[in-house]
Amino acid sequence: MSKLDSKIPEGPLEQKWEKYKSSVALVNPANKRSLEVIVVGSGLAGASAASSLAEMGYKVKVFCFQDSARRAHSIAAQGGINAAKNYQNDGDSTYRLFYDTIKGGDYRAREANVYRLASVSANIIDQCVAMGVPLAREYGGMLSNRSFGGTQVQRTFYAAGQTGQQLLLGAYSGLQRQVGLGTVEMFARHEMLEVVNIEGKCRGIIARDLISGKLERHFGHAVLLCTGGYGNVFYLSTNAMGSNVTAAWKAHKKGAFFGNPCFTQIHPTCIPVSGDHQSKLTLMSESLRNDGRIWVPKKQGDTRKANEIPEDERDYYLERRYPAFGNLVPRDVASRAAKERCDAGYGVGNSKMAVYLDYKAAIERYGKTQAKKLNISNPTAEQLRVFGKQVVEEKYGNLFEMYEQITGENPYEVPMRIYPAVHYTMGGLWVDYNLMTTVPGLYALGEANFSDHGANRLGASALMQGLADGYFVIPYTIGAYLSKEISVKAISTDHEAFVNAEKDAQAIIDKLFAIKGTKSVDHFHKRLGKIMWDKCGMARNDKGLKEAITEIRALREEFWKDVRVPGTANDFNPELEKAGRVADFIELGELMCMDALNRSESCGGHFREESQTEEGEAMRKDEEFAYVAAWENKGNHTYEMHKEELKFEAIKIAARSYK
Amino acid sequence: MSHGNMNLTLKIWRQKNDKETGKLVTYPVKDISPDMSFLEMFDVLNEELINKGEEPIAFDHDCREGICGMCSMFINGRPHGPKRGVTTCQLHMRSFKNGDTIVVEPWRAAAFPVIKDLTVDRSAFDRIIAKGGFISVNTGNAQDANNIPIPKPDADASFEAAACIGCGACVATCKNSSAMLFVSAKISQLALLPQGRVEATTRVKNMVAQMDEEGFGNCTNTGACEIECPKGISLENIARMNREYFVANIKS
Ligand SMILES: Cc1cc2nc3c(=O)[nH]c(=O)nc-3n(C[C@H](O)[C@H](O)[C@H](O)COP(=O)(O)OP(=O)(O)OC[C@H]3O[C@@H](n4cnc5c(N)ncnc54)[C@H](O)[C@@H]3O)c2cc1C
Ligand code: SF4
Ligand code: FES
Repeated sequence: MSKLDSKIPEGPLEQKWEKYKSSVALVNPANKRSLEVIVVGSGLAGASAASSLAEMGYKVKVFCFQDSARRAHSIAAQGGINAAKNYQNDGDSTYRLFYDTIKGGDYRAREANVYRLASVSANIIDQCVAMGVPLAREYGGMLSNRSFGGTQVQRTFYAAGQTGQQLLLGAYSGLQRQVGLGTVEMFARHEMLEVVNIEGKCRGIIARDLISGKLERHFGHAVLLCTGGYGNVFYLSTNAMGSNVTAAWKAHKKGAFFGNPCFTQIHPTCIPVSGDHQSKLTLMSESLRNDGRIWVPKKQGDTRKANEIPEDERDYYLERRYPAFGNLVPRDVASRAAKERCDAGYGVGNSKMAVYLDYKAAIERYGKTQAKKLNISNPTAEQLRVFGKQVVEEKYGNLFEMYEQITGENPYEVPMRIYPAVHYTMGGLWVDYNLMTTVPGLYALGEANFSDHGANRLGASALMQGLADGYFVIPYTIGAYLSKEISVKAISTDHEAFVNAEKDAQAIIDKLFAIKGTKSVDHFHKRLGKIMWDKCGMARNDKGLKEAITEIRALREEFWKDVRVPGTANDFNPELEKAGRVADFIELGELMCMDALNRSESCGGHFREESQTEEGEAMRKDEEFAYVAAWENKGNHTYEMHKEELKFEAIKIAARSYK
Repeated sequence: MSHGNMNLTLKIWRQKNDKETGKLVTYPVKDISPDMSFLEMFDVLNEELINKGEEPIAFDHDCREGICGMCSMFINGRPHGPKRGVTTCQLHMRSFKNGDTIVVEPWRAAAFPVIKDLTVDRSAFDRIIAKGGFISVNTGNAQDANNIPIPKPDADASFEAAACIGCGACVATCKNSSAMLFVSAKISQLALLPQGRVEATTRVKNMVAQMDEEGFGNCTNTGACEIECPKGISLENIARMNREYFVANIKS
């Protein structure tokens, strides 16, 4: 029998969650006060979970590695958050959001989870607005929406290009309120390095105080990992510099299965790499595809400036290939199409690894509507441009500024140059319907889990998932577990399991310092990134993946022989932090390649060159691969795969077409 | 590895921890590209230091795109450097000239003690927010989001105030180390929304009290904070906070 029990409630899809909620065991208020919950991570998932659980009466400890909970990487999300509110009266519904998410994920997500996500989505907006999150509004005072890739309705709520910031600051304010009330104890500048399991249940963590360098032991009746995604395994990504897999990976090594590790999202609209000094990549929000048109010259190797290329010599390749969705096809499709054009020699810019994202038509169009609104009957071309620019500036101003800041070019005048970059990881710790990993008492929320996005995430759905998990799912599902733990007294951190876990963490630190090698941590990280990008990036094949595995193993050996970590352990030492993270990324990279090798189909962000149609579209193999690959760590860099078969009852599995 | 052709002299504050005194140390850097960000230039220097067996310079950073508020360098006497409207991580080397000498120090304020080199402790900001920078609504208590229409100008003004990234440049630049711009931004964001009015009185009083307790100085209206704020947080917020504070004190 499979070791995986997804614990999906019985009953029709639409009723599962309602029924679950009304039948799940509860913990009475007096007992909640003696139950302790550890939340690692203070992003949307962690902050919302921590404040909600604290409000309910649990004793909560929150950890993050930044200097403040407010700086979690969720802060950087730009474009928006989806919710099936149907405020635009354009036919949206819970079912449609559910359907779009399953289809967008290329039929590799679990129906029951996704349906629940869609059904709580509307509550998220209510909650955030009540907490004072200033989402964008129309003149009538109602909330405004925009559309996003992979959908045909307008269901995305936003706050200019700073949606993540506003949502996170809202969740952070709720968290700080609980800190002020004394129900949450906050540990900023702390990094989790181990989970502590006792008699088969997760009972705490080992964390390092990043300032003093001391290792600390913390007990919890349950531990929630809300530690974000692992896109930085590619070195260059749109993630923040500190984003890492360490917490999830350490949990994986202590028994939590890792789901679909190879499912990575490459975002189509990022600012291209400018040189080998590059330390990270900057995303230009997908919302830009809403109004911008993507093109390359029709002629190969065209060296003319963008504005010198006449209309009929431009290839709007997304509109050409996918007339129904045009520039709004899902991310994986848009990214591959850009790579295809550049590989074929149509790329633009110095590196020729870029395509244009053009706002000229949008500026004209908005100029005209604005002139009408202002009752100007014969506007001059200049007036139209000014009006159009104003509208575009209001919608996307900060993104345009950011582009100019980085590239030194003015995107109101010349088209932006964009290229795909690693952005999000759909894979993550395998969780059941309760968001519990394969280790009892250990949960994973937000980007850290593998759950709702299948093989490809739709834009504006990660923020939704993080807040759904934290505000509306875990407060119920944790009761199913904790209601059985009420008799468990807080376990002393002198327990040998804590002592041993601390020893494990200390041993790794000691080992890193003992090497005294010749190469910096970044040196190894860059090399890992290159292997991953070249061989486990936008296109993957059998040969490349096998090579990658061999290369990563060799890199791992070399890392542990030759890395140089300066300074000492009992000090604020960012290089030591990086070293630990890169060591984990190297191990993860190998597993990602193994997973990609195993999945010899193309689906979502995972494109296996061997599995494509004649027109170069991705080809799924449903009979063989309609499952979640959950990897068990068997120690010594060996892994065993377990399958969770995916059953599609509400949706008929079909080829994903955006034509 | 060669990147570009700028050669610079950096004078960087090195300080082991909050107990020891620090000093400026001179580091030449070579072959810098104008397309590098200021922090990427620091990466190059740190890589060099590591290769030489020295300790790299500790500095705070994370998102590297101007939104997390973590980066915090005082560059040639200005927080976040010479350009207006950007954070340190968004500053590019094209804002400097070949041959320049650049002095880099940490934020300096009694309420922001140095942790190491250019890294400071800004947890005072978190403690101020914990005193009232929120609306007390528990999860699950919300009504439909469109039930309270909010005039667009109010929503927009609230958003503009909410755009503060909590970097602390306003404090670093102020000769009094006042945190008024930061605190007033949060007060304003919530004061401008109907949902935020309910707790307006206690909020402003509690947050101001905590601000004083943390050791931030008074505001003497020099306006330096507004100029140096990377997010363009306006002095109007301070005026609004003063009004809120005045009214709150009359009420009680
Ligand atoms: C540039 C960018 C733009 C995006 N735009 C959008 C968008 O418009 N819409 C959308 O829906 N999604 C967007 N996303 C995706 C979305 O922002 C993320 O998936 C989501 O915010 C993740 O939230 P989280 O709470 O899971 O994790 P995060 O916000 O990443 O938080 C992780 C937390 O874990 C902590 N942590 C990590 N490891 C450790 C450790 N070992 N010890 C202690 N603490 C640790 C960190 O300190 C942090 O507090 C974007 C992502 C990027 C990179
Ligand atoms: S007000 Fe401006 S300078 Fe001050 S913390 Fe906020 S963003 Fe930084
Ligand atoms: S590193 Fe995030 S604002 Fe500079």
